[in-house]
This record gives sequence, C-alpha cells and structure tokens, in this order.
Amino acid sequence: MTDILTQQTKRKRRISLPPAFRTPLAITGAALVLFWLLVMAFAPLIAPADPLAQAFERLQPPSAEHLFGTDQVGRDVLSRVIYGSRISLPLSIGLVLASMIVGGTLGAIAGYFGKAVDEIIMRLADLVFAFPTIILAMVITAALGPNLTNAVIAMLIVSWPAYARVTRSLVVSARQQEYVVAGRLLGAGAFTSLRRDVLPNVLSPVFVLAMLDVGTAILLLSGLSFLGLGAVPPTPDWGAMVAGGVEQFSSWWIAAFPGLAIFTVVMAFNFIGDSLRDSLDPHTQDAVQGRAM
Amino acid sequence: MVDTQNRADRQGLSVRGLTVSIHGKPIIRGIDLDLVPGKITGLAGESGSGKSMTGLAMLGLLPDGSKTGGEILFDGRNLLECDEREYGKLRGARIAMVFQDPTASLHPMLTIGRQLTDHLRVHTGMSKRDAMAKALETLERVKVPDPATALKKYPHQFSGGQLQRVAIAVAIICEPEILIADEPTTALDVTVQAGVLRLLQQLCDELGIAVVLITHDLGVMSSLAERISVMRGGEIVEEGPRYEVLRRPQHTYTRSLVEALPNHEPFLEGAVESAESRPEVGS
Amino acid sequence: MTERSARRGIPPFVRYVGVRRRLTVLLMFGVTLVTFTLTNLVPADPVQAALGEQAAADPEIVAKFRAEQGLDQPLPVQYVTYLGNVLQGDLGTSTQTRQPVATELADAFPATIELAVAAIVFSAFIGVGLGLWAAMKHRKFTDQVIRVISLIGLSWPTFWLALVVYYIFFFVLGIFPGSGRLDPAVIPPPHITGLYTVDSLLAGQWGTFWDAVNHLVMPASVLALYTIGLLTRFARSAVLEVLDMDYVKAAKAKGLPPRTVTFGYVLRAALVPIITVLGLAFGSLLSGTVLVEKVYSWHGIGEYSFAAATRLDLPAIMGVGLVVGFVYIGLNFLVDLLYGAIDPRVRVS
Repeated sequence: MTDILTQQTKRKRRISLPPAFRTPLAITGAALVLFWLLVMAFAPLIAPADPLAQAFERLQPPSAEHLFGTDQVGRDVLSRVIYGSRISLPLSIGLVLASMIVGGTLGAIAGYFGKAVDEIIMRLADLVFAFPTIILAMVITAALGPNLTNAVIAMLIVSWPAYARVTRSLVVSARQQEYVVAGRLLGAGAFTSLRRDVLPNVLSPVFVLAMLDVGTAILLLSGLSFLGLGAVPPTPDWGAMVAGGVEQFSSWWIAAFPGLAIFTVVMAFNFIGDSLRDSLDPHTQDAVQGRAM
Repeated sequence: MVDTQNRADRQGLSVRGLTVSIHGKPIIRGIDLDLVPGKITGLAGESGSGKSMTGLAMLGLLPDGSKTGGEILFDGRNLLECDEREYGKLRGARIAMVFQDPTASLHPMLTIGRQLTDHLRVHTGMSKRDAMAKALETLERVKVPDPATALKKYPHQFSGGQLQRVAIAVAIICEPEILIADEPTTALDVTVQAGVLRLLQQLCDELGIAVVLITHDLGVMSSLAERISVMRGGEIVEEGPRYEVLRRPQHTYTRSLVEALPNHEPFLEGAVESAESRPEVGS
Repeated sequence: MTERSARRGIPPFVRYVGVRRRLTVLLMFGVTLVTFTLTNLVPADPVQAALGEQAAADPEIVAKFRAEQGLDQPLPVQYVTYLGNVLQGDLGTSTQTRQPVATELADAFPATIELAVAAIVFSAFIGVGLGLWAAMKHRKFTDQVIRVISLIGLSWPTFWLALVVYYIFFFVLGIFPGSGRLDPAVIPPPHITGLYTVDSLLAGQWGTFWDAVNHLVMPASVLALYTIGLLTRFARSAVLEVLDMDYVKAAKAKGLPPRTVTFGYVLRAALVPIITVLGLAFGSLLSGTVLVEKVYSWHGIGEYSFAAATRLDLPAIMGVGLVVGFVYIGLNFLVDLLYGAIDPRVRVS
C-alpha cells in the first residue's frame, strides 16, 4: 500500500482521491450523482417537452418520439422524470442538511452540557423514535395540510433525532479527551471548546451518516408523495407519478420510469455513503495499511 | 492428547531459518529457535520485532496474505507444510498458546467450564462429565480458588490474575507438549505478576512442557527463562543462557534493553555474586 | 452476581427483567401523552374534516359535535378521560366509520403482524447469513458482491418494488395471487389469533393455509428486501468487529473446528449488535407496511393508519399511535430480554 506520509504531502499540493474512494463502487456512485445533478441543473435544456403540457396522445408506450411514453393525461413521461429531479434532489439534500444542523446542534449541546439539557433533548428524541417514521410523518403532514412544504417539515421533525443521538455520543466521548480538558483548563469558554476542540472530530462520522441519509430522505419523500401526502398533481414528483401509474397498470411505463429514477439516485448515494463509511472505519484502515502484530 | 506418552518422550520444537512476510513486507527475516521440554525459552524484543508473529507462526495462525519460508520442526515434520486439518489436530492438543489479555482472549459470553472443555472434548472425545472433571482438576492445578463454582462463572466475574490462570488452564488442559506464552503478565497488576510467573515455572517443571516466553520485559524473563533470544527487526541479534545474555550482552541493542531495566546493576558485569544469589527478580 | 442481589437471593437475570418492566410501563405512559399532545396540536380542525364544510359552518352542529367528542373540555381533563378510557380498552370511536377504534384495530392488527413476522423471519435468516458470509470472506469477491446486493436492496423504493413485483409475478406471470390475504372464494379460518396462517393450521384446514401462505409471499418478500439489505450490512460489520477480537484467535489456537468457531464464538458475540439491528429493522418494517398494504389491499394497520391520517380521524390516529408505540415498547422489552439471555455481562448492570 502507498506510504501514508507521501500521500498526505501530496494532498497538500493537489486534490487527490483518498484510497477508499478509488473503488468501482464509489466511482459508480459519484458518477450517478453527478449525472443526476447535471440533469437537474440543465433540465430545461434536456427535456424534450414541457412536463406540465398535456399536449400529446395519452397512454402511449415508449417510442422514438416519447422515450418514456406518455401518461394518462398526455404528458411526456421523460420530461416529467427529468423535471422530477428538481424536486426530489434539492428537497432531500436540503432536508438532510437541515436535520444535520438541527439534530447535530441539539445533540452536541446535549452531549457537551449534559444533565438536564441532555435529558430533555434525549427524551424528545426517544419519543420521536417511539413511532415508525412514515406513520409519524404521515400524521404530521396530514395535520399540517398535505403539500410538499409540510411533508418536508414533517420529515425534518422525524429525522433530527438520529443526528442528535449520534452527535451526542460522539461529543460525550470526545469531551473526555485530554486535549479538550486541557483547552478548558487553559481558559476556553464552553462554546469555544465545543466548537474548536470537539466538533471537528465529530463531523466526519456525522457526514457519512448524512450521505447515507440522502437516500433515505428521497425514499421517504417519494413515499409520502405516493400516498398523496406530498407533492400535489400536476407537480412532476417521482413518488406522485408512481402513484398515478397505479391506476393505469397496463401502461407500465408511467410508474416504472419514475421509480427507476428514484432507485438509481438512492443507489448512488448509498454507494458513496458506504464507501465513505468504509474509508473511516478503523478496522478497514488498519487492514489496508498492512498493520499486523 | 499425550496421555499415552510419558515425560521422557516429550519432544521439543525447532525453528530453522524461519521467514515470514505479510503482503510482501518482511516481518521475520530468518530466525532459529529451540524449545526444549521442561525448559523455558525466552524470546525478548520490542513491539514490531516480530516476536509475537513467531508464536503465531508455530500455530499456523498468521494473518491472511502471509508467506513463510524455512522450517518449524516438530514431531519429525515441518509444520509450515501442514494444511489446516493437520494444524487443527495440533492446536490446543499438542501446541497451545496463552495470550496477553485474558479479558480479551476468553469469550465473554461462555462459562469457564465450557471454554475449558470444548476443545478438550474435540481432541479427546471425552464425555461432558469426564471433561468437567478434568477441567476441575486443571483449575486446581493452576490454583484458582473454589474451582467447582468457578466452572459455572463467566470471565467478567474474575480478577485479572485469576483469569490469566484460567487462560493457562485452558491452554494446558489437553496436556500439550509446547506452550507459547505471549506477554502472559503484561496486562496484569504488578502484584499478581510474580504469582502467574511462578505458576508457569511450576507447570513447566511438573508437566515437562517446552515453553516459549515471549515478552518485551527482560525483568520477567530474568526470573524464568533458561535461555534468552533477543529479537529485533525480525532477526535474532543475540542468543544465550540467561545470565550470559543479561550480564554480558554482546549486542548494543541487548545492552540497551538491559540498561532500561529499573534495577539492572546486579546484572551487568561486575556484580556476579549478587545476581546469582537473587534468582527471582520480578518485574 | 452483584452483592445486593446475591444477598436477596434474587438471581441477576430476574432482577434485570424487573427493572426493564418498570421502565416499560413508564414509557407506555409517555406514549399516551405524546399521542394525545400531538393530535391536539394539529392546526387543522378535525371538526371540519369530520363534518364536511357545510355542516361545519353551522355553529349549532359544531357545538354539538364538540360536546359529543368531549372537545369542549380543557385539555388536561380530556387527557385524563382519554387515559381512563384507554385503560378500560376504549379507544374512542372513529369519526369516519363510527365504529369503535379498538375493534377496528383489533381486526387490523393480526394482518400486519402476520406480514411483519413473516418478513422479519425470512430476512433475519437471509440477512444475517449473508452478512456473516460476507464478513468471513472479507475483502474477497464474495464480500464485494454481497455488499453491492445489500446496498441495492436498501435503495429500492418499497412502494415501487411492491408494484413491480405485483406486475411481474401476478399481472404477467400469474404465479401468485393478487391482492388481499385470501382468495375471495375462500372462507377465513375460525378466529383464534387472527393470523390466518396459524389459525388455519390449528383448524387443520390445509387448503386455507396454503392459500394464506400464497397471498403472503409477495408482500412479505417486498418488505423483506429492504430489511435484508439493512441486516446484511449490519451483520457484516458486527461480525467483522468480532473477528478482530482475541477470543476468536484463541478459539482457533485451541484447535476448535471452523464451524464451532464461526457459530459458537463469532456469531454468538455478534448477536448482541445484530439483535439491536433486528429491533430497528422491525421498526422500519412497520413503516414499510403502510406502503405495501396499500398496494396489496392488505387490511392491516398500515392501511388503516393511512386512511385515518388523511381523514384526520383523531380517535383513530391516536389509536394507531398508541398501538404502534406499544408494539415498539414491547419490542424493546423483548430485545432487552434477549440481550440478558445472551450476554451475561448485561445482567449485572
């Protein structure tokens, strides 16, 4: 295996991929994500038609004109799938970021200050955990009114505890490290200590969790839309499109392609997240560096 | 299992020109070592010197990606040429190992009784009752208090010193000819180390086992080992009878190891009488 | 054995169970409080949802409805009344169907349990088996393949998979029956547990049993796929951690046969984290039932909770929340028991 020291010096000069990232798995994942991000960015340029335009013959199977066929009201499925990325991707990524920030902050506070604060925050987290995700999300969305914004709010409420828990336990173990104690002894205030000494070591596992969570967020969001609790037609949301395809069962393309889109995006993030996790796992790292004895 | 062999037939083990490399990186670069029945041989060195690997090599437990060369001669054959099946018959039964940390080398969820008897029954086909009886007897031999109750207990219920005695019991219960002790007292409190070392000496004398004591602690070695080999960077830099090596180290590395001991004056040349009249210098 | 329990003569395991039981009851109270609070924090007005716009405009009807439902009482009073009713088994009446919620839930519950248990048993064996295999063949080709398979399993949207499977195996190939738990022509077995498979076995009705199993295959497999993905990867990492431990090396050094080492030593130690994951997996499975039950017309809690949520049927929603919360707690309890049974170190604390 390559000398770690030379690698580290190399990294200072140019951006090179860490060893674990060179696996076919990670590359496939990264390529797919990149692909979808491009689709999302250039949607108006790529899509052959207006996703909302009911301009074509209905229920046409995939053909040269309509690669993914047309749906029950005559819209081009391909365009809708392309534009669907503009809903699922940004919302899910945004959701994960928000959960990470909210959950992470709460968890860090809980872990660092302990006692009453810790108890309150963790009990709240436990209560959320006491319900299956989708049922809780369903109830909240329905209560707030079934639309996309509320679905995202519901998902945020459901997702923050996971980050809080992870952050909290990481902070608790990091807080006892010597350099943190030393920092406090040298006069650093609580928040400074938290920010400067504890957080940097906590960030990478949380980041890996976040990466894997994007997939889950997309699945949850599209699940809610499928149930009719998220995006409202005619919005080209993938989950809602699949739901639409349920009634037209013999026109399989209406549900198949949006579902395939969801599948590929989630898979891509899972591939990346898993590779990241592997690169951080100390066991694997040791094996990679040939450490014996 | 060697219950049919008497002490006189016990044989030792010889390492000749052993080389081990892991993923292409050489760990052991050609060493010779002799293990003699009834005697304790010391293998000293720092972490990374390859001493633990030597022990694992004898058992065929080197990590994946290892390549070996040379010979490990036991019972008339070269162990390095054995396959897994043959090793399976040797391990535990004729060559056994005691690990550094008994809280890690014993399974936390199995009773002591189970861990003492499972390999015994595999190697001998004994019934559960007979095996338990032998386990009891072995626990008495290693001086674990209240052995009958101990059999039903779990590892976390023992203190460090007692647990290492249990680990030793697990190693010797099948009456092996070779015992590899890898840092047997390093994880223990200083106060109990001497007891465990005395036990090892006793067992070696009583059962005629050939013991190789692998440790970085020359102090431990000075009280037990008959001959000492000093290992560094995968090679043996010095070998000889205990006091020769300790009092008149030929190699600068050995000398520095001896000088690192807190009470090394009696060893080094010039204090012959004091050393000989104080054979037991614990850690 | 801790000193105290040894003196009282109570074996540590029993004491452990006792502590767990006390915590469980506490949690259950917490759940009722949460369900109650949540559904009352809802900004949308249940009155309107239940009565429809026209009726809701009439203040007299609204007042009557509120009085009927006890909605005019102060909240703490409502909670206490609610709690009292719950303890008597009365979960209120659905504003939608006008049936007692408790009865409806009792009907729906076994259907979901049957599905969930079938899925989890199936996925436990396959998931743990694959994870174990992958860990033993760490870094070799088998490991990589299994890893990819598990990641793919985690990526399928459940509802989509449900549709795809339905399409292929029913619509096109006609191997498995379409929807519901039994063929419309088949009469359900005499109700003992509510689980059609078990009840038909108990009654000796082989035909019915077979039909029930047939209907179970598709939805259970769909649910199982995600769980298998989850279990495989966690089992793999749990086993990998155990493989590093000295006691595995020591077990090999004793000359124990590979199978004993793998199952008696490695798997046994890995079971603790694996059981944790099984608990979590069951939770995600319950989530999945909402989607799967809808597609397969499986009249269980999932379908019921969806209907309740969309119609803002407060009593029904509370009922579902309660039941599900209790199932989770019961599950946690079970998991804790299993820990104690497997790992002796746990019993001491």
